[in-house]
This record gives sequence, C-alpha cells and structure tokens, in this order.
Amino acid sequence: MKKTTKNLINIALLLLMFVGLYFLEQHFGRRSMLITVLKKGAIYALIAVSMNLLNGFTGLFSLGQAGFMLVGAYTYAVLTIPMAKRMAVYQYYDGGIINFTVPTIVGILAAGALAALLAMLIGMPVLRLKSDYLAIATLGFAEIIRAIIQWDTLGPITNGSNLLKTYPTFKSVIPVFAAATICIGVIVLLINSTYGRAFKAIRDDEIAAEAMGINLFHHKQMAFIISSFFAGIGGALLAMYQGSLQANAFKASMTYEILLIVVIGGMGSVTGSVIASFLFIACSEWWLRFLDTETYLFGGTVKLPLLRSGFRMVVFSVVIMIVVLFFRKGIMGEKELWDLFTPKKKKEGIKP
Amino acid sequence: MSRNVLHVENVTMQFGGVVAVNNLSMDINEGEIVALIGPNGAGKTTAFNCVTGVYEPTNGRIDYMGKTIVENYPSGKMKRSYAGENAGLYTKRVVNTPDKITALGIARTFQNIRLFKSQTVFNNVLIAMHMRRTSNVFSATFRLNMKEENQMRQEAMELLKIVGLEGVADELATSLPYGQQRRLEIVRALATHPKLLLLDEPAAGMNPQETEELGAFIKEIKDRFNLTVFMIEHHMNLVMGISDRIYVIDFGKQIAEGTPEEVRDNPAVIAAYLGVDEE
Ligand SMILES: Nc1ncnc2c1ncn2[C@@H]1O[C@H](COP(=O)(O)OP(=O)(O)OP(=O)(O)O)[C@@H](O)[C@H]1O
Ligand SMILES: [Mg+2]
Repeated sequence: MKKTTKNLINIALLLLMFVGLYFLEQHFGRRSMLITVLKKGAIYALIAVSMNLLNGFTGLFSLGQAGFMLVGAYTYAVLTIPMAKRMAVYQYYDGGIINFTVPTIVGILAAGALAALLAMLIGMPVLRLKSDYLAIATLGFAEIIRAIIQWDTLGPITNGSNLLKTYPTFKSVIPVFAAATICIGVIVLLINSTYGRAFKAIRDDEIAAEAMGINLFHHKQMAFIISSFFAGIGGALLAMYQGSLQANAFKASMTYEILLIVVIGGMGSVTGSVIASFLFIACSEWWLRFLDTETYLFGGTVKLPLLRSGFRMVVFSVVIMIVVLFFRKGIMGEKELWDLFTPKKKKEGIKP
Repeated sequence: MSRNVLHVENVTMQFGGVVAVNNLSMDINEGEIVALIGPNGAGKTTAFNCVTGVYEPTNGRIDYMGKTIVENYPSGKMKRSYAGENAGLYTKRVVNTPDKITALGIARTFQNIRLFKSQTVFNNVLIAMHMRRTSNVFSATFRLNMKEENQMRQEAMELLKIVGLEGVADELATSLPYGQQRRLEIVRALATHPKLLLLDEPAAGMNPQETEELGAFIKEIKDRFNLTVFMIEHHMNLVMGISDRIYVIDFGKQIAEGTPEEVRDNPAVIAAYLGVDEE
C-alpha cells in the first residue's frame, strides 16, 4: 500500500472515531457510564503508552509513572485555578502565594514540562548505572514527591494535604480523546523514527547498540524524559477528569495498575496498551463492579457467595497471575493492530 | 610504509586474579588484513573488547590513527593485585565508550552473533546508520528529516544488495540461517562507515565452501570500502589464505608474529596448537 493512501485511511478512521464518539455522547449523555469509561480509558491509554515507550520499547524498567502523573496533575491544577477561586481553595493558606493563572493548554504543557525536567534530574545519575537502579530510583521518587507535595510548608503552593479543585475541567469526551490521540500519535511517530529504532536496538542488545555507535546514556535519557513528559500530561488530564485532586490518590498501586495494563496489552505494542487500557478501565469501573456489591437472589433469601467489597481486587489479582503465567506476551505481543491486517509477504526460499 | 591505523601497546587486561591479556603489543597498518589467532581462551576476544571500549584495560595504551583512544594504569584495588608487566609505565587514564570508538571509525562483529533480534534484516542495517544522523529527536519525530531518512534507507538497501540479502530485507534478522546472520553482522558494521573492521570469528559455524566464499567477500569489501581488517579466526585455511600478517597469542601473551608462512613454521605456534583441534 502506498504511504499516502495509508495516511488517508488513518485520517479517515480517526475522523470516524470522533464522529462516533460525538453520537455516542449525544445518545447516552455525558455522565453515562459508557462515556465515563471512555474518558478515563483514553487517559490511561496515553499513560500506558508513555510507560510502554520506556519499559516496552527501550527496555528500561521504571516504576515512577504515578510520581510523574502526580507532578503533572499538581502542576496543572496549581497553575490553572482561577484567581477568583484561589481564596476559597487555599483557605488554610491565605489564598496561596501564586497570583496568576495560565490558560488550560499552557497548564497541560507545563505539566509535561515539569515532569520531564524532574526525569532529567533523576536520570542523570541513575541512567549511567545498570538498568535495575532505575526501578528503585523512580519508585523512591514517586514516594518522596507524594510526601513533599503534602508537606505543610509547601501548602501555599500545593495546598498541602487539602483538595485542589475548581481548576478548569472538560465536560465532553471529545477533548480528552483529542489530547490523548495527539500525544499517542506523537509517540508512535517517535517510535517509528530513527530514534525509535535506536531505542529498540538498546532494548534488544545494549552491547550491540553501543557498538553501532548509539550512545546508551543519551538515548536512555531521551526515552525517559519523553516518557515522563507524556506521563505528566496524562496526570494533568486525569486531574481534569477527576475534578478535584489530592496527592494521596497517586500511590504506587497506580503505577502497578498501569504496568499491568502495559503487560496485558503487550510490552512493545502501542495498540496493545490502548486496548488493554479501555478493557481495564471498563472492567474496574463498570463490568466488574458487581463483584464488590453484596447481592441477594430470590427476593433477598439467598446471598450470593464471595461478592463483597474488595472481591473485585481479588479477581484482578487472579487475572494478573493468569496473564503472567500463561500469556506473557500480552494480547498483542510486540505486534500492532495494523500488522494483523497487513498480509505477511510470502516467505521466499531462504531457509537452509 | 603505509600509515599506522591501530597501535596496541603493552595492553594488559586482568579480571580479578586472571590475566586474560598480558602485555600485548600489536600494530596494524592501513590496507592490511591482519589475523589474531590462538587457542581457545587465549584472550583474543578480550583484546578486541579492549580496543572497542567494552573493557577498560588494566594497563597499557591503544592509539587509533595516531590518536590515543584508550590508556590506563593499575589503580585502586588493582594497584596491589596487579600481576602484569610494565606497572608504572603509564600514568594517564583515557576512556572512550564503545559508541565513541565506533564513531571514530572502528566497527566490529561479535563472536556470538548479536543482531537486533526483534528487528528486520533491513532495520538492523538502518540502526547502524543512526550514528551519522544530523536530525534531532524533534525533527525526526515530525518527519522533517525525510531526505536524510530516505538516503539512509537507500544506502541500507544498497549494502544489503552487496551481500545478496536484499530479498530477505523484511524478514526478522534471527530467522536467517547462520551464515547469512554472520554476513548481516558484517554489513551492519559497514553501515557505520568504518576504516578499521574488527571481525571476531566471522567463519565460525560455516562449512568449508561458505568459509571460502567468506574469504573472497572479506577481500572484496576491503577493496571496495578501503578498509583495514583485523580478524580473529580459527579456520586456518581462511587465515592463511587472506591475511597479510598474523599475530599469535597464547595465555594472553604474544608468541609469534609474521607472514602466514613464517607463522606456520614457527615452533612456538606449533607447540601452542599441539593437542588443539585444527579445524
Ligand atoms: N568479563 C570477564 N571476566 C572474567 N574473566 C574473563 C572475562 N572475559 C574473559 N575472561 C577470561 O579471559 C580469558 C580469555 O577469554 P577470551 O574470550 O578473550 O578468549 P578467546 O581467545 O576469545 O577464546 P575463544 O577462542 O574461545 O573465543 C578466558 O579465560 C576467560 O575466562
Ligand atoms: Mg573469543
């Protein structure tokens, strides 16, 4: 297929997606479960893809996603709360010390930029060492940053452990999808560029990559910064989705959730991460909700066994174990959705 | 006499108590094909790893095109446990990462093939061209570098044609038969535009006919790309057939040097190889 035809088909599919979303939203309403799941799923898709860029495509194991999301979420919220509302939000801190407000889009970009800057600082010492250290350092970073944000002394900026709210949010599913699509699109372009090939070379064989003239530190640093940039943007979008923000929600378990999505989708598959994100969010917010509710049948005489608060997480854990044990490559392996539709060329006689 | 390309001087590589390379000195001149031979475990691969920056030698110096690229002396814990010679001769420390050394013009292949296993044959070659990019990550992501990208792709295809791998360009590199994987590794190294090509047992696992073809191929690319070739090899027919000079090492130390004829008749070499299978 020619490149231009391919591009046209992609653009047509994207347009179709947005038209479809528009009608779904018209039909079911903005507050319906379906639309809610789509919104959160799109945000998680972006965050999972950003993690996959690092863990799946560059072969670096990082556990800092929740930390970078937290930085992004707070940067966005702190910078975009309207001046008129600051007094009420920062009620314990005299209205806070930030006396300006930036437009939404600037806030989102700043969220990515600050996350990227922190990634650069963490990466400088750690990425020169063996890869295992990155997981420890990023995990530590995520824990520390959560504590720092809730630190009372920083209250005039972060509002301490109190809620941040009244910052601009989105009502419709369209802007979320637009933001996520653009960001994921950029990541896909990066992965298919010469830099993306270098990332994959490092993942496949560091020694060979280095022998081919690829500077390991420089490229690992680049992947880490870019991944964190998009995690920061994802955090900002999540803050918008939630409508209010508290640092305590960004625990290590959030990183594990995203890691689970990446593994289920397939390390090294963008479409895998996207599909797994929507499945995961749909299950946890909607389809498997009933597991957490005590249910009585036959007019309340028979109580269904096992169903009670927390059982959903048990089922999730079992799913994780099954995936790790039997589907180690995830739904997609390293393939992309479009690979499945492109017929493989017939093998020529090259076998010995 | 032609220009010196690689000058290895008193290089010792000690791992803990094991002296893998012991006070080794070698010189390789422009346009030569030089072989490095020796029994298993003699320290040949270790010597290559010192030249390419994978290991930092414990003592000694390595110059490339008259410029020092590696230099070290025993320090720290190694100061006391150093078991090699010429301690105190070197006082500087020069370190270069492997990518820098490749950028200077030294490319290599690996004894245990190290292709990028998730990548196609074509991409394996393309990846080796990344080093010479002029685009930055921004321009590459947003496809502002299409001219360069297309040039890279074109050159990669031309290189694959030289080895006759253009028909399998879209296959996974690891799906190729062994001999073709070795050739792909050589082509991948050529894609970095080297002046000095280091081959670590390029004929390993090849049958006599493949080995003979490989010899012709090495000579062909040497002339075509103006290379200097430094090669580790166990197949004596190949070594004797194409080398201008040969270094023989045993237990990390040089035991002989000379033309194929000189080396073949050298009693020390025969002794070192006694009891060792000659393939
Ligand atoms: N990283 C290392 N740590 C410790 N010892 C090492 C290391 N690398 C090599 N050695 C030791 O150095 C010696 C030389 O190994 P080397 O691989 O250089 O041999 P070689 O001449 O290439 O042998 P072969 O023909 O089998 O490839 C061996 O005794 C090996 O065990
Ligand atoms: Mg060896």
